[in-house]
Amino acid sequence: MTIGVLAIQGDYEAHGRVLEGLGAKVTYVRKPEQLDDVDAVVIPGGESTTFLKFLEQQNFFGKLGDFVKTKPALGTCAGAILLAKEVEGPSQASLGALDIRIRRNAYGRQLESSIRQAETKLAGGPMEMVFIRAPRIERAGKEVEVLASAGGDPVLVRQGKIMAATFHPELSDDSRVHQAFLQMVK
Amino acid sequence: MSGKNGSQHATPNTLRLKTGLAEILKGGVIMDVTTAEQAVIAEKAGAAAVMALERVPAQIRAEGGVARMASPKRIREIMEAVSIPVMAKCRIGHFAEAQILQELGVDYIDESEVLTPADEANHVDKHAFKVPFVCGARNLGEALRRIAEGAAMIRTKGEAGTGDVVHAVKHLRAINQEMRVLTVLREDELYAKAKEYQAPYEIIRLVASAGKLPVPNFSAGGIATPADAALVRQLGAEAVFVGSGIFMEDSINFDAPEEAARRARAIVQATTHFDDPKVLLEVSHDLVGAMKGLAVAAISEEDMMQKRGW
Repeated sequence: MTIGVLAIQGDYEAHGRVLEGLGAKVTYVRKPEQLDDVDAVVIPGGESTTFLKFLEQQNFFGKLGDFVKTKPALGTCAGAILLAKEVEGPSQASLGALDIRIRRNAYGRQLESSIRQAETKLAGGPMEMVFIRAPRIERAGKEVEVLASAGGDPVLVRQGKIMAATFHPELSDDSRVHQAFLQMVK
Repeated sequence: MSGKNGSQHATPNTLRLKTGLAEILKGGVIMDVTTAEQAVIAEKAGAAAVMALERVPAQIRAEGGVARMASPKRIREIMEAVSIPVMAKCRIGHFAEAQILQELGVDYIDESEVLTPADEANHVDKHAFKVPFVCGARNLGEALRRIAEGAAMIRTKGEAGTGDVVHAVKHLRAINQEMRVLTVLREDELYAKAKEYQAPYEIIRLVASAGKLPVPNFSAGGIATPADAALVRQLGAEAVFVGSGIFMEDSINFDAPEEAARRARAIVQATTHFDDPKVLLEVSHDLVGAMKGLAVAAISEEDMMQKRGW
């Protein structure tokens, strides 16, 4: 089982470290053809506008879009934005694999970044959540299961084999989100 | 007001939030911009963040005079023009400029040697701020002193505004070599290193056991071409700051926007594909030329920006 971590820009190595710590094999994906050799994909935190700049080349966008329609994917922060069906603030292209509407930088700039504790549906008690210039999920479709909310907004969601968090589980010591993701991949 | 010169009290969580933004900038390019139009060009080219300035370093070097924090109006225009993080520079030791920038809501402050220093002995107490700071360094001691003061990101100083990468390379190699040395020293030898580097022993010990800085380590100062970006990335820089190299034709004149956009795109591509010569060739192929630049070897010691700060 090989997990491809999209490594265009962002905290992809933080994801890689967590996944390797859980025993997964990790490949950093910078070109579309690398998707042929992985079983699941992680789209990390970073700048979604930067990701899109690279995805618009060599049909990377189309190939990643097809991948996440059939195989497991985890997106955090910018990754959640990329997986969403609708993006606001401003509106931009996305893969449309997850039936949510998400608003970029909805809580404000870096000064509004925060670390919170919230309950989740994953076993093991409250989870630390690191929000950095986070997006807000404004609508979640019927098929979308909300695994955690904070401040009244969904922050961890799942639809089929797609998981997304508006926070950065890769920047905390708690690896339960990645564990749940790897369970889906098995 | 809890801090002596800031407005927020630091907690362990604020340090993690500060380095957190640096974590998500990794692998990206932070571009110097002086107008909202340039900021939009940078964002469209794939920049991970922009640095809002009144003048780019090459202009500051050419025009002389006192270089200060950019006007808040100019920075605000840039913040409103793009959705990516916006950084701005304050003078070394000028905590009042930093307070203004924090109040304005910038995402990162660069306490920068590119501006004229406001204090010959003291840097800003960065723990006193909620907004994160990046600081330049030429060697490990300087990097660790800045981290002790609360910097959440280190970048090499290089020699800004020259288009000459030689000192960015020198500083990156120095920091990395000095860290490698720490990892093989005996525990009791670390005390002497703390003395030599004039940095707290606890941070020295942390670096010795981890083999890397406790905050992200980026590169800046003279990076002008896609090849330069790839070079510093291969030498271990986790992201790249590009200043005068994108928008300037020479040290005084701005280049045509299309040319700047082409260079910006090429450097972004090279920063991601830094270890793939095939892509580096592709993106380097069509560039007309980089800024003329100024060889660092031709600059006298007292004119070097990197000598500012200690």
